[in-house]
Amino acid sequence: MSDQLIFAMEVTLNGLMAGVLYALVALGFVLIYKASGIFNYAQGVMALFAAMTLVGIMQGQVPFAHLINAMFGTHVHHFGWNVPALFAILMTVVVMVGFAWAVQVIVMRHLVGQEPIILFMATIGLAYFLEGVADLMWGSEIKTLDVGLPQGINIWIDETTFGIFGYGFFIDNLDIVATVIAALLVAGLVLFSQYTKQGRAMRAVADDHQAALSVGISLNFIWVLVWSVAGFVALVAGIMWGTKSGVQFSLSLIALKALPVLMLGGFTSIPGAIVGGLIIGVGEKLFEFLIGPLVGGATENWFAYVLALLFLVFRPQGLFGEKIIERV
Amino acid sequence: MFYREAGDFKLSYEADSQTFPIRFDRYRYYAVLAVAFGIIPFVINDYWANAILLPFLIYSIAAIGLNILVGYCGQVSLGTGGFMAVGAYACYKLMTAFPEVSMFIHVVLAGGITGLVCILFGLPSLRIKGFYLAVATLAAQFFLVWLFNRVPWFYNYSASGQINAPERDTFGILITGPNAQAWATYLFCLIFLTGCAVIARNLTRGTQGRKWMAIRDMDIAAEIIGVNPLKAKLSAFGVSGFFIGVSGALFFSVYLGAVEVGEAFGINKSFLVLFMIIIGGLGSIFGSFAGAAFLVLLPVVLKVVGVDVLGWPTDIVAHFQLVIVGALIVTFLILEPHGLAQLWRVAKEKLRLWPFPH
Repeated sequence: MSDQLIFAMEVTLNGLMAGVLYALVALGFVLIYKASGIFNYAQGVMALFAAMTLVGIMQGQVPFAHLINAMFGTHVHHFGWNVPALFAILMTVVVMVGFAWAVQVIVMRHLVGQEPIILFMATIGLAYFLEGVADLMWGSEIKTLDVGLPQGINIWIDETTFGIFGYGFFIDNLDIVATVIAALLVAGLVLFSQYTKQGRAMRAVADDHQAALSVGISLNFIWVLVWSVAGFVALVAGIMWGTKSGVQFSLSLIALKALPVLMLGGFTSIPGAIVGGLIIGVGEKLFEFLIGPLVGGATENWFAYVLALLFLVFRPQGLFGEKIIERV
Repeated sequence: MFYREAGDFKLSYEADSQTFPIRFDRYRYYAVLAVAFGIIPFVINDYWANAILLPFLIYSIAAIGLNILVGYCGQVSLGTGGFMAVGAYACYKLMTAFPEVSMFIHVVLAGGITGLVCILFGLPSLRIKGFYLAVATLAAQFFLVWLFNRVPWFYNYSASGQINAPERDTFGILITGPNAQAWATYLFCLIFLTGCAVIARNLTRGTQGRKWMAIRDMDIAAEIIGVNPLKAKLSAFGVSGFFIGVSGALFFSVYLGAVEVGEAFGINKSFLVLFMIIIGGLGSIFGSFAGAAFLVLLPVVLKVVGVDVLGWPTDIVAHFQLVIVGALIVTFLILEPHGLAQLWRVAKEKLRLWPFPH
């Protein structure tokens, strides 16, 4: 087998792994969009905020330490303890639920019935707000996040592929863990939405707000629930991306990467988010590998968007989206 | 007392259909023009020009352009930064290729080129709409920035990858480069802003603007009553692109002088201009001015209050700025989705009845 082909296979595998991570972010979007028709631009910043909160709690940072010091001339930084990862994750979940509740009560409840584009812009404002709060709360420097996930090259795959092709594939252990976790997460979400009372209520709201109201489902509660679940997904994505590349501002930009994933897969479909993520992941890695050197590299910045753009021209609702029907 | 149409008789059709039918409005408009052209150039200094006036003028042009697309035609675009970059690079290539030609012509041509690029990226709007389109315009944003970063022809093979504005003049007055006078750069931008505002105002009042608004309100219904969606949408993209290109060209050549594309025309620029028109008011020319003024002044005011008065570190103030801008956007969308322009409109309605409201 030629070298080029083997490299391409490795790139494809890595692309699949990256695609899983994109899909993780995209999932959060789909959840909120399905239940409330809101396209939540703040999802990426929520992942950043969740990861920063997790790091802050684990390291025992004092929230708003920088601000307090500037205002009162004190010098507080850390409480002086370290919180175990699992407990810190639980506390972060509590924070994200609190955030979901605040968003619902303070912002989204007042915007019910507005046009989708207004809601979209509101979430852009929310993203800016949350980013500023996150920086004020935990400081804007780059942090390392380590919750005990395995990292580094997977020796077994390296040796096996070396045995077969005479060339060891480089697959990060973290990517494999991420794939497993994403699969578990999707399975969990599907089970939740199919077999629990709250999950079914969520789907009912997604289908028809008024009908759901009339059978006694509390929209407020469901929306808080949906934002909480999205916050939880954001936390998982934040942990994965944060472990991979450090907790920093660029984490919030993965939201932008998730957009073409959604456009490919359709805004309303959970399997669509997964498939779209995989297509984008593989597509951009392969394109960078094959075409990138010819045009100056760094094509990953725009490839996903252009692919999604071309795709949309032929199928505006995405691969798995519901058909868009318009009437006057 | 002064602000009403009573007694203001119109004797011709021209007078009846003028831009500012109320006499007080008209005089206010002339007064603003007189101050802007007649007084400010004589008292301006470098700090005021660079910190407030030039960014305000240039962002106003961009905001008017985006408002035509988003506010009047309803096609949400997140590619403003990329299109401004097109204007900037087109202007740069023209300036270096034809050094003896006046800057006026360069800037106008740069706007025209941007308009064409904008039409190209507006083509998908015929198939997709809403935030699908918004995301599609992100493709323009990322692709264009990448293009100007990676293709050396655009930055004339300079080693740093930056573009630097050479010294160019118009009618013998230096406009660009470090030796340009504050009043000259100010007047140059002001002339463009005035021109753009007059064009935009009259376009949106006329047939074309009504077609755009029909498309915005419901494109299928508009098509049924005889508005050609192809022409209406693409013309909105073209006109909007022209304005945004002009502002990008001015932003690069007159205001910054040297530009690194990812930094100056990144995705944040797109959001900034979008925020301007949301806060100012979608579908309002005055709103574009108000929003631009607001978001240009806000960081300056925050910096003065936070750093100089309270003595906080600059990074905290920068974070506060994010919080405040975000909170303002959300607050505006909840309380007044039509922005500052609507507050202005309400104030004018109240003034008309003053002092005897019913």
